[in-house]
Amino acid sequence: MSALNSLTLTAIPSEDEALRVPIREFLTQKMKDVPACVRARSWSGCDMNFSRELGRRGWLGLTLPKEYGGGGRSPFARYVLVEELLNWGAPVGSHWVADRQSAPLILKYGTEAQKQFYIPPICRGESFFCIGMSEPNAGSDLANVRTRATKTEQGWLLNGQKIWTTNAHNCHYMIALVRTSGTADDRHRGLSQIIVDLNLPGVTVRPIRDQSGDVHFCEVFFENVQLASDALIGAEGRGWEQVTAELAFERSGPERLYSSIVLFDEWLAFIRSEPGNTPESVRLAGRILAQIAPLRALCIAVTGKLAQGGSPVVEAALVKDLGTAVEQLIPAAIANDLYCRDTQAVPFELLLTLNYVTQVAPCFSLRGGARDILRGMIARGLGLR
Amino acid sequence: MDDLLCKALGQLLEDQCKPQLVRAIEGGESPAEFWGLLEESGFADALVGEEQGGAGLALRDVFELLELCGTYAMPVPFAETMVARALLARAGAHPPTGSIALACGTAVDKAGLRCAHVSFGRVADWALIQRPTEWLLLSIADAQAFPTIYPLDATLVWGPSALAAARHVPAALDVQVLQACVTAAKLAGALMSVFNRTLQYANERQQFGRPIGKFQAIQHQLSVLSEHAFAARTAAQIGCQASGCVPEILRVAVAKARTSEAALEVAALAHSIHGAIGFTEEFDLQLFTRRLHEWRQTAGSEGYWQSELGKMLVNLGPGLTLDTVRAASDPD
Repeated sequence: MSALNSLTLTAIPSEDEALRVPIREFLTQKMKDVPACVRARSWSGCDMNFSRELGRRGWLGLTLPKEYGGGGRSPFARYVLVEELLNWGAPVGSHWVADRQSAPLILKYGTEAQKQFYIPPICRGESFFCIGMSEPNAGSDLANVRTRATKTEQGWLLNGQKIWTTNAHNCHYMIALVRTSGTADDRHRGLSQIIVDLNLPGVTVRPIRDQSGDVHFCEVFFENVQLASDALIGAEGRGWEQVTAELAFERSGPERLYSSIVLFDEWLAFIRSEPGNTPESVRLAGRILAQIAPLRALCIAVTGKLAQGGSPVVEAALVKDLGTAVEQLIPAAIANDLYCRDTQAVPFELLLTLNYVTQVAPCFSLRGGARDILRGMIARGLGLR
Repeated sequence: MDDLLCKALGQLLEDQCKPQLVRAIEGGESPAEFWGLLEESGFADALVGEEQGGAGLALRDVFELLELCGTYAMPVPFAETMVARALLARAGAHPPTGSIALACGTAVDKAGLRCAHVSFGRVADWALIQRPTEWLLLSIADAQAFPTIYPLDATLVWGPSALAAARHVPAALDVQVLQACVTAAKLAGALMSVFNRTLQYANERQQFGRPIGKFQAIQHQLSVLSEHAFAARTAAQIGCQASGCVPEILRVAVAKARTSEAALEVAALAHSIHGAIGFTEEFDLQLFTRRLHEWRQTAGSEGYWQSELGKMLVNLGPGLTLDTVRAASDPD
């Protein structure tokens, strides 16, 4: 239990908190005319130009060293930035994965040449990444990966298929978990991470429409894709450890808490109006707030651990499991609240936003690790496995 | 928090506040001897200003001391006494010796002043009572005490002559807010006790040839239990974030709403995992899960504080919810 016990209230340092002012000034202007049902897409919404503008302002790669084009700031600075972007519903999907985990991964495991090649364009908002983990037969059972990179004289020959790859159709590169030795029976052994240029011959990206009508994830096929030898990132055969460390970044951020916050704010504006205000809705508003506030404190505590160079995997799983539960509670409870009354009084935009969030909500507790996988990880952290 | 202080109180309670003591005091024995030990330890004055003879700690520094009162299901209002003494001293009223219960919900009629269901009303020496514009400090020895729902509580009635002896103190805040803050911290301790006991039980209890903690269904229940316990503990810490001894109502509302919500979930999961033994009188789990239910209700259930919190949020006017979330969750 030691891992969880060490989470304590952590203050965001004032120099990092100060970043909120210019970011908010920018977002107030930028987002003022964007309707709620568009803002509700947040980190699923893509706008390359928006990403580039953030890059120009120095707000991408905030935690990366300046020598690679980053901001040289602490994880707390990035926390403040991301918290603002999410709460305003900014379209951050294009650069999201590259900024959150691909660039830190390349910084940690990459060669000097890889760092110089990949990181500066990420910080400019010109290079977008996706994560190739899931396969048709490797979802929660990630170690069952069958996509294989075989060593050749020129480098690696890649064959196989990835699926549910978020945003692959808008990305330049994929960091894929692939088998470089052994068979699926070898499980965690023999897996490696490779960087795949998605424009190479033999790569086919096929978007998949989700139930909301949006296209955000894809199937990606690799047919004899020839990769150079420096496509390997990190050590051969250490893909599993690398992916596991990456998950602490992937699971603990404020995006596991604020996916429904645009809807909540839109609903709250209605509850603040005279026709919207009922005792039940006021209580519901308090119920949600009472859940979000301590989770934010936990999120910041985990950020503090990352800032100290830790890899708080179990803590991140706990925050994500609880955070996504609130994210899913928001559309469910708001629907119940709004459809208790005569809906003619409810703004159409609010109902539209509710409908969108309701339809995407199932993925909140799937992306980045399904609920039951997270609970298994917590159980391991408790010493039960 | 001063780690040494926390360890010292923890050791004292480990040695002295054992389940048999909790049962004995609940069963009607006098708490005087146990209270004497606590008084001697000096912790009751931890929050009292140094110039008034206390340790001058801030509320945020003593969260873990308050929490320990829940960890050991302490059968006297020690946490309540700590904050009450500090606030009395702050108001210039010399705090009395002895334990102080907190009381809200009063009514005045011909019989005098009536406080219903006072938490620890049966075992405390004094009551700090919320009246419309002030606090009253009254000796419980001068009251008529009637049994109520929980064994440590009492409904207290002071007749006109007893009431004339009341000390009048300017109110720094509503006693209910103070009690909610303290109770949330104690809930955090009791939640962690229930969690640790349940984890231990799952590792020891064998069924189908192995510890039940090896079964995925039990593992997931324990994961969920731990999530609630840790989120609630964080909320309770938030509730105590104040540089003086006066808690902020926004933070307290978050603390009490979240800990009370967790109390229900955690008690249910713990009993589910323990099976029949868990709700026997002789097994210690009940000392803690009964507290979870009692303290969930004390000073307002989760629904009450959710409504209070909702009113604060709705009345703020336009703006991001984030700003209220930040005001509630950023450390003081």
